[in-house]
Amino acid sequence: METLPPAESAAVRRIVADLKERPGPLLEVLHAIQAAVGYVPAAAVPVVAEGLNLSRAEVHGVVTFYHHFRRSRPGAHTVSLCQAEACQSMGATALAAHARRRLGIDFHQTSADGRFSLEPIYCLGNCACSPAVMIDGRLYGRVTPERFDELVADGASPP
Amino acid sequence: MTTLVYIPGDAGALSVGAGEVAHGIAAEAARRGAAVKVVRNGSRGAYWLEPLVEVATPRGRLAYGPVKPGDVAGLFDADFLNGGSHALSLGATEEIPWLKGQQRLTFERVGIIDPTSVADYVTHGGYQGLTRALSMEPAAIVQAITTSGLRGRGGAAFPTGIKWKTVLDQPAGQQKYITCNADEGDSGTFSDRMLMEGDPLSLIEGMTIAGIAVGATQGYIYLRAEYPHALRALRTAIAAAHQARYLGSDVAGSGKRFDLEVRLGAGAYICGEETSMLESLEGRRGEVRVRPPLPAVKGLFGQPTVVNNVVTLASVPWIMQHGAQAYANFGMGKSRGTLPIQLAGNIRRGGLVERAFGLTLRELLYEYGGGTASGRPIRAVQVGGPLGAYIPASQLDTAVDYEALAGIGAMLGHGGIVVFDDSVDMARMARYAMEFCAIESCGKCTPCRIGSTRGVEVIDRILEGVDGERNVRLLEELCETMVQGSLCGLGGMAPFPVQSALKYFREDFRGRVK
Repeated sequence: METLPPAESAAVRRIVADLKERPGPLLEVLHAIQAAVGYVPAAAVPVVAEGLNLSRAEVHGVVTFYHHFRRSRPGAHTVSLCQAEACQSMGATALAAHARRRLGIDFHQTSADGRFSLEPIYCLGNCACSPAVMIDGRLYGRVTPERFDELVADGASPP
Repeated sequence: MTTLVYIPGDAGALSVGAGEVAHGIAAEAARRGAAVKVVRNGSRGAYWLEPLVEVATPRGRLAYGPVKPGDVAGLFDADFLNGGSHALSLGATEEIPWLKGQQRLTFERVGIIDPTSVADYVTHGGYQGLTRALSMEPAAIVQAITTSGLRGRGGAAFPTGIKWKTVLDQPAGQQKYITCNADEGDSGTFSDRMLMEGDPLSLIEGMTIAGIAVGATQGYIYLRAEYPHALRALRTAIAAAHQARYLGSDVAGSGKRFDLEVRLGAGAYICGEETSMLESLEGRRGEVRVRPPLPAVKGLFGQPTVVNNVVTLASVPWIMQHGAQAYANFGMGKSRGTLPIQLAGNIRRGGLVERAFGLTLRELLYEYGGGTASGRPIRAVQVGGPLGAYIPASQLDTAVDYEALAGIGAMLGHGGIVVFDDSVDMARMARYAMEFCAIESCGKCTPCRIGSTRGVEVIDRILEGVDGERNVRLLEELCETMVQGSLCGLGGMAPFPVQSALKYFREDFRGRVK
């Protein structure tokens, strides 16, 4: 198993210490770790398990149950394409094919230069402005292939 | 004099440029020395007009839209701050026909007020429902909700008053909880999101009333992780309500306690199922629980728990303020009150339409929606999310009513309607229904976990032209097994879109050769 850099290891321990007394804290802890580190490293699992008095299997089981939790370091920008019905009705499948070609990666992959991770997502709640895309937590609607190229060419820079 | 300009901070409006427009208007006003205050309201729900900019004038609020950043200078040139005429002028917002014909009760303040302001909320009737509830016995509050006919707007349509009564009837002196299911995962739905972003205090007030009614002192909002804007809106509003002493140890001076916290989900559709949501709130895998016991008896952390959807809870303040009968006077049959319906997908004028139950799908799709965005004929609509049946164009005269839709083998669910034109391949949509179930199955019961994967494989064989008739029969049997044998609605209803596709669009499953 990889070992965590000291700063990340310290962050994980601090998060566990801060949140462990809250009712049903595991998801809160995992969210906080992902926010701090960018993903939930395998090396964090035993630390969380010990801190919350759970088995490693229980923690691993929760991390792997939820699509939102990542187990590897993501690219600099996470691009999520809605693939649910409303967006499909407005061309989301074709947009996904375009995005794969443009970024050179498939869903659940990160580009070799580490810039982009591509994920499917099942509904962003923007179904009257389909197709919808989320880049680094920012929502975009009525996204055409041309608009997609502009968004990723901007380096998906923060507003 | 400072002019108020309203530019939505709603995620949907932001997704099509409302942020850039707000920035542009503020910058242009500064450049021209115009005194402007920009209010980031919720969306009115007319998404085809977003970004929709409104100006407060002596003639009321006047609307312009859809506004692009490049339109801003022209709007100033046209003196829009005084209601000047411009190519994007829409006249008085309230008179826009699409909005004027609606019956907005639950959404009465969404798009109108500043969602961060308790003062604005109170000015527009907020917290009158709570004040009324605090003057009543808990049993009388529960009775009012029962009398109103309010049913769960998340999709299951269970009578809310009955749920509350069960929790109220559990012995006092133990911890009880109010939980709000804000895991709005159905494609084609966004009413919860709009409400949480546009009028979060109405949800907070509704949960507070629920707490007073059943004797619960702690509430949790279980919010999906895909809604970061709603998270910010809720946290801001909860802090503001605490500050104004509408939450905390002495709710509105009553001496009663109610605290509220937002908990984030993590991208699991199944957590919209109430027992799975409770597991997730407790920090576990979102696997469904076997019922009984009902959550109302043994719910969160084993305690009596109310589980209601966002729109259900946000409808409570209106009912308490205006009276149960006033609410029940809307609607038809056993579907009382109003429903915020969401027009989504391939639709020209998509957005949120709140109307009393009883209007037809056709009225919604054509009079409000204006037909498809692509201009092609409507071939199918899916009502009620990914587990809802596909309805063919021949059945669009069905009323929006829980029983009427059930009568044609469909379901109303959370009120989302996704429109497809005649280019849709219904066999592909059937395959997607099974694939989605396979991706999102919690894995606890076999029909759902295994059945959905086998379903994808069988449809793939049909699409490849292998043993078509035999595999269609096999698919029908598999659907039946999943419907009958699954533990919860995911595996139990995922076959509905498949069965309806086979029933109404069977030609899409034929003629496929290898």
